[in-house]
Amino acid sequence: MNLTAIDWVIMAVYLVFVLGIGFWLRRSIRTSTDFFLSGRSIPAWVCGLAFISANLGAQEVIGMGASGAQYGIATSHFYWIGAIPAMVFVGIFMMPFYYGSRARSVPEYLKLRFDEKTRGFNAITFAVMTVFSSGISMYAMAKIIKSLHLFDEAFAWAHVAPERIFDASILISSLIVLIYIFLGGLTSAIYNEVLQFFLIVAGFLPLVWLGLRNVGGLSGLAEKAPAGFMHSWKGMSNTAENPLGIEWFGLAMGLGFVLSFGYWCTDFLVVQRAMAAESMSAARRTPLIAAVPKMFFPFLVIVPGIIAVSLPSTVPMPNTVASDGSTNALARKGIIPQKVDEKTGKPEFDTAGNPVLDYTLAIPNMLMFYFPTGILGLGLTALLASFMSGMAGNVTAFNTVFTYDIYQSYIHPGATDRHYLWIGRIATVGGIALSIAAAYAAMQSENIMNMLQLVFGFVNAPLLATFLLGMFWKRASANGAFFGLLAGTAAAAIHHGLTLPEGAAWGIKGGWLTGGSWIAHTYHREMAANFWTAIWAWAICFIVTVVVSLFTAPRDERELVGLVYSLTERPKDEGGSWYNRPITLGVAVLLMTVALNFFFW
Amino acid sequence: MRLDIRLPIGLMFAVIGALLTVYGIAFSDNAIYERSLGININLWWGAILLAFGVVMFWLGRRGTSSVQPADDTAEGRNLEQREANVESAGRKRGGH
Repeated sequence: MNLTAIDWVIMAVYLVFVLGIGFWLRRSIRTSTDFFLSGRSIPAWVCGLAFISANLGAQEVIGMGASGAQYGIATSHFYWIGAIPAMVFVGIFMMPFYYGSRARSVPEYLKLRFDEKTRGFNAITFAVMTVFSSGISMYAMAKIIKSLHLFDEAFAWAHVAPERIFDASILISSLIVLIYIFLGGLTSAIYNEVLQFFLIVAGFLPLVWLGLRNVGGLSGLAEKAPAGFMHSWKGMSNTAENPLGIEWFGLAMGLGFVLSFGYWCTDFLVVQRAMAAESMSAARRTPLIAAVPKMFFPFLVIVPGIIAVSLPSTVPMPNTVASDGSTNALARKGIIPQKVDEKTGKPEFDTAGNPVLDYTLAIPNMLMFYFPTGILGLGLTALLASFMSGMAGNVTAFNTVFTYDIYQSYIHPGATDRHYLWIGRIATVGGIALSIAAAYAAMQSENIMNMLQLVFGFVNAPLLATFLLGMFWKRASANGAFFGLLAGTAAAAIHHGLTLPEGAAWGIKGGWLTGGSWIAHTYHREMAANFWTAIWAWAICFIVTVVVSLFTAPRDERELVGLVYSLTERPKDEGGSWYNRPITLGVAVLLMTVALNFFFW
Repeated sequence: MRLDIRLPIGLMFAVIGALLTVYGIAFSDNAIYERSLGININLWWGAILLAFGVVMFWLGRRGTSSVQPADDTAEGRNLEQREANVESAGRKRGGH
């Protein structure tokens, strides 16, 4: 499979447009508010699409396709339970405080509500974490692009070694993201995210259509897919009977509440998109509008994964993994090949001697399997677009938190607005450079990166309790919040250190506190262990915050107006007709989600 | 200065759609469509994208949603003023 001129032209058209938007918007950036908050002037639907697009990074597309291939439609819990309720909650209940307080970032809200130390803790961990996760997703994407072997011919023609494809995909895509954000700031990122959203849909929709047509529609897929793959809830009463290895309580509390609310309600990467909205009503509608396409995304990214494992293992294999054509010698399931060790080039087997499958190739192989040249260029562009929108989300969140919450607060307060605008642009360059460094660090040692992600996971897990108490309990005090956060982080680390998923060795997967000699609980799957770590972190943070708050002095209530629920006027839904109000939209979104769950019972 | 996002989106999809449609017509009975179940997916999907692009572009030409610098409008200036107030109030609260 090789690219032809038409594929290259389509990719070029995309590049011209993303860069063109950046150059066009350059003239509309005059103040730091324009650069970091789009002058708070973006319409709700644009913010809404950017809201999901920024979240829809390469890891999401590749990861959800892989998870679909591995676990089936149950993966859609990450959307229907793990995203929609939280998106409705943040829009209806939390946005009035984020937007109404005029905080310019999530850490800044913490400063207004609590104090400097909570903000500092949150800002610094968030900034570092953003750079790392951006680097890790860069690494993952470059690896995928390299394994497609679509660019081999072009590189050979240019007399460049094929090993350079990895470097080229990282450098070129980060350069493009750098240019359009440097020029047009958040507006440019948001506009391009909307463009990328439509492109991702345009690239994947025909793939799903062809795939479903080939296997005989949803009913045909249910016959051909591995048993239980088309049911999202069956077997959820018992950890052993469902593919995710978790029971319904752990799923609802861990994924549906702590992890999902923690991400959608407190992560500045997504909240920033709503903060850029033109009015309070638009800010509140942003996550609700985003929830509508979000609930249908399983059809776009999970269903192709299921199709990939359901195809007969006799169909010709797309030539990924090995350029010498040895792919066909590997073990496979559907069109998902066995994993090949990158360093040794040998196929991988688990401890029981079964071949390890490379599920991350589900979506890329589907593209290569069904798309002829022409539309293949479009599919590839969609993959690139998902990569760039995720990276841009990280970069804009980083430059804002760095400039407002770190530079302006601790390094150089009281400078002119022009100076901060300039620092924002410098931070954009710096953030991307650090992400590239993180991507190469991930290439050197995936273990170090996994460990860093784990540590940041501990820091992140309890945050939700801090925000909920901060927004809905006026008695929560600054010291309560700070020590609650520390205790929650410690609880996450301790829970992780004392438990292990089934069959795992102690270390990165858990059990490190005792060196594996004593384990408090063994989980069926790693995912279940992660959910319970989050539940513990949240609960301990909640309790410690409440207890410490009761023993420390509360803030003066007059200072909390606009920051806490009971002291803030209910936002009026200005102007809009009844069907355009946040509450109506929220109820509609929840009803649609329930219907989808019944459909895929 | 103003830019309605629907204009570049519409234009881009119209261009990509047109490219695919033309390519689909030019190479219509080719063995390349074996993988797409014998369907000339370039032609059909190209035509759909072209139509989508044209509609978006038309909506953008007609519509008003656009971004402008904050200090171009009275509301924008007012907003920046309020933001400056919040900031100085925040600094006072924080004890700086």
